Amino acid sequence: MDQFSDIKRMANQIATAFAAYPEEQAVKETANHIKSFWDPRMRKQLAEVMAKEASALNPVAFAAGKQLGLG
Amino acid sequence: MHTLIKEIDYGTPKSEATRMVTLEIDGQSVTVPEGTSIMRAAMELGTKIPKLCATDSMKSFGSCRLCLVEIEGRKGTPASCTTPVAPGLKVKTQTDHLADLRKGVMELYISDHPLDCLTCAANGDCELQDMAGAVGLREVRYGYEGDNHVFAKNNGSENFRYQPKDESNPYFTFDPSKCIVCSRCVRACEEVQGTFALTIDGRGFASHVSAGMDEDFLASECVSCGACVQACPTATLTEKSIIDKGQPDHSVVTTCAYCGVGCSFKAEMKGDEVVRMMPYKDGGANEGHSCVKGRFAWGYATHQNRMLKPMLREKFTDPWREVSWDEAIDFTAKRFLEIQAKHGIGSIGGITSSRCTNEEVYVVQKMIRAAFHNNNVDTCARVCHSPTGYGLRQTFGTSAGTQDFKSVDKSDVILIIGANPTDAHPVFASRMKKRLRDGAKLIVIDPRRTDIVRSPHIEAQYHLPLLPGTNVAIFNAFAHVVVTEGLVKRDYVAERCDLEDFARWEKFISDPKNSPEALEAITGVLAADVRGAARLFATGGNGAIYYGLGVTEHSQGSTMVMAMANLAMATGNIGRDGVGVNPLRGQNNVQGSCDMGSFPHEFTGYRHVADNTVRDLFEKLWNVELDAEPGLRIPNMFNAAIEGTFKGLFVQGEDIAQSDPNTKHVNSALESLECLVVQDLFLNETAAFAHVFLPGTSFLEKDGTFTNAERRINRVRPVMAPKQGMQEWEVVARIATAMGYPMGYTTESEIMDEIARVTPTFAGVSFEKLDRLGSVQWPCNDAAPEGTPIMHIGKFVRGKGRFMVTEFVPTDERTNRFFPLILTTGRILSQYNVGAQTRRTANVAWHPEDVLEIHPHDAEERGIKDGAMVSLTSRVGAITLRAVIADRMPQGVVYTTFHHPVTGANVITTNNSDWATNCPEYKVTAVQVTVSNRPSDWQAEWEQRETEHKRVAIKPLVAAE
Ligand code: SF4
Ligand code: SF4
Ligand code: SF4
Ligand code: FES
Repeated sequence: MDQFSDIKRMANQIATAFAAYPEEQAVKETANHIKSFWDPRMRKQLAEVMAKEASALNPVAFAAGKQLGLG
Repeated sequence: MHTLIKEIDYGTPKSEATRMVTLEIDGQSVTVPEGTSIMRAAMELGTKIPKLCATDSMKSFGSCRLCLVEIEGRKGTPASCTTPVAPGLKVKTQTDHLADLRKGVMELYISDHPLDCLTCAANGDCELQDMAGAVGLREVRYGYEGDNHVFAKNNGSENFRYQPKDESNPYFTFDPSKCIVCSRCVRACEEVQGTFALTIDGRGFASHVSAGMDEDFLASECVSCGACVQACPTATLTEKSIIDKGQPDHSVVTTCAYCGVGCSFKAEMKGDEVVRMMPYKDGGANEGHSCVKGRFAWGYATHQNRMLKPMLREKFTDPWREVSWDEAIDFTAKRFLEIQAKHGIGSIGGITSSRCTNEEVYVVQKMIRAAFHNNNVDTCARVCHSPTGYGLRQTFGTSAGTQDFKSVDKSDVILIIGANPTDAHPVFASRMKKRLRDGAKLIVIDPRRTDIVRSPHIEAQYHLPLLPGTNVAIFNAFAHVVVTEGLVKRDYVAERCDLEDFARWEKFISDPKNSPEALEAITGVLAADVRGAARLFATGGNGAIYYGLGVTEHSQGSTMVMAMANLAMATGNIGRDGVGVNPLRGQNNVQGSCDMGSFPHEFTGYRHVADNTVRDLFEKLWNVELDAEPGLRIPNMFNAAIEGTFKGLFVQGEDIAQSDPNTKHVNSALESLECLVVQDLFLNETAAFAHVFLPGTSFLEKDGTFTNAERRINRVRPVMAPKQGMQEWEVVARIATAMGYPMGYTTESEIMDEIARVTPTFAGVSFEKLDRLGSVQWPCNDAAPEGTPIMHIGKFVRGKGRFMVTEFVPTDERTNRFFPLILTTGRILSQYNVGAQTRRTANVAWHPEDVLEIHPHDAEERGIKDGAMVSLTSRVGAITLRAVIADRMPQGVVYTTFHHPVTGANVITTNNSDWATNCPEYKVTAVQVTVSNRPSDWQAEWEQRETEHKRVAIKPLVAAE
């Protein structure tokens, strides 16, 4: 358990939920979801994870973060 | 002012027939639906035919022979309660002959009845007394010397017919000496409640009412719903509160504040004291029925533990200090402003309560958005039904159930998943059981064999005991069967749904990986059973899905809600009577608190804060700039508190320290707050960490509305003034004002008018309309001025129904060698959620402690005996509680309730949550169970907090004059 474990879990869970969709759409839905439901400070934490520990993120979650301009 | 409301008793139930019949009663012509009894037809004319065994909540029985009438051209004197109307009949309800017969009948009854009317509890509310008066009974020719049920001794020796009073039930007594054996109680228990706890034993003069196998009421199957007490025409079954206090003199119609069924009650009063709560026949949700909580467990409102003074303290380890309202309000506003100055606008927030009225919730979320200037508002629905909102919105376009409760009367196949209606939604369960006894088929998907699976005259066609956490898998398997066996209602889908999404879903679901056979190993349910159940659902007529927290409180809660919506659309089961996807809501106003804009990303009516048009509307009306970014949800607030970016929290009527998962985590978040404000009736677990305590009002003092699980907006009316001196919304409005955002409402009705102005689905709602119509179901607007019982008729709210791909993703919470069992949680009938209210009533007679249910095999392996104390350990914590061996549990799964704080069930639940909404995964925790005989560390800690953090400073004694 580290400071970001919940953020990583949550981002990956969202990406996984859209995994059955074509990748482009999955990225878009994940990005939308994060934008609609996450407080800005959580998005900032996601940006930190992307910078420091990208490998902990599912590729769709990472791409969604990129699309949101987080990293 | 108020009078005592007495609904008309028509004697027999209303006929649903559409063909009308005209007849003549005592020379007057009357037209009624075919199948109506003569008794009811007469009552339509205002003619009360004497009766004892008939009442309109149950089918007629024809046993008392008091309701005799004469019909021209027919022989004899038929009973009017069992004789249906026919065209052209000429009926006489009063002749000399009939009068003699009735007197004779009454004379027999009275001759075996104690004549202590003056001191009888039913005096003033006794149908036997009324009938004796109505038939003009003046003398009783038979003495008491003979056979009777009235006296303990007969001519000096033991009277074997006499039975003493049964006072075992905490709320009502049974005095057999007053019984006239009309069997109304027996039939109420069967037809209205569906429990079948009562029977008439013996025959002729020996016949008597017996609970269970001639047990006392408490020991029998009786669930204390009160239906028999209400039905009894004499004092045989009587509320203890009436025995203590006497008959009420006025009543006010209001709404139960316990569960999401939202039953209407008459609060029957003497002065400003409640003497009885009587279910209200014209209540849309309950139509005259009730459960033990609403009917009897209202004593908490005046319980001695209730706090009536505002209190403050610098640190939560200090004792509480009673202060004035002004001081508490100023202190709160000042602290919150200081925190914002130091840590930023986003460093404070609030939580609204599903127990409070729509008006109270609206004002709290408005305070947060307009006075705190952020969107850090969430509600306890986060931890229960948030996935319902998300899932149904994605697929259908509205965050609410599709049907009214009545709809179940028209269902042919009822599918219940992750819900235990007989315990959690008892009054709705009674309705459902009635339909099941009349022939609807039943599919239950639940790890436990819940009571409804096998109950009197009900047997589920399928009970699929799936492993916890595999809901999505089993629903995918259902849909796979429907699609691959050609059972999809193609016409319906083509007309109503988005075809591109459907095609994608169809392809996904047809994949063999979703077949019942492939998923058998995951769900633990036999493929053949899944196929059978899926075929039954798809082909059995109107199919309705009912679900509860066993669906939502999972890591895939939202996915599962969408999976149910998919199945309902594919089988054409949305948009008419008898079908639908129906969430059974936990708390009385979960629906309402969500509707009222309690989520951090949505204004009232589920409109996103980033939507400029909507935000504009609010900014203009509220005259303040609003934040366009979503705020923190409850679990995010806890994380932010621990990280140090969130410092102040306002909690309205909600015990997050007890009800939210991973107690340790929650407690450390609460400990790190600089200002925690709790508005509640009691010093609850959360208040142990609070700096400000604002005493709240009980539902008996509130004026406003609750919205139940069927979107029905019911009025809550005050029967007494606020005991602590101020309505809750007024306290909140004053805090907002003190923080620099003036809020000046004068009445609750004014708040509702504002809600109607800003919320399209509430546009037509006002107190005036609710008082006129009783209740309305939203959407209520120009298009539907009297509300909308059933949604998506003809067209989905979002336009085309949207099939969503629902890939099964197993939860991260796995069993292993150290934690080999799965814990799942739930509740029972007599207690309510965290138990703050019900634990403070006589309901503890049924559930004095939380216990752990465990399968005999799992118990034996661990050397656990029935009733032994065990330690329950998960990856995050451990608690101690009593084990009960239960073969209704599947092997590998254990179960407990969360009604008592000392148990600390949430000490062991984890941070895992639903992917879309962060709704916690309460229903799946990997655990180990071992024999133990000492309290857990957590319990010792709790005991300490219970005494230390809840101290109120003793006021300095004022010197005696
Ligand atoms: S209280 Fe309800 S359950 Fe109990 S005997 Fe009466 S009707 Fe039946
Ligand atoms: S207990 Fe009341 S309702 Fe039941 S049979 Fe006796 S008199 Fe009738
Ligand atoms: S608890 Fe629920 S079912 Fe029971 S009376 Fe109240 S609203 Fe009705
Ligand atoms: S009321 Fe008709 S027989 Fe009793």
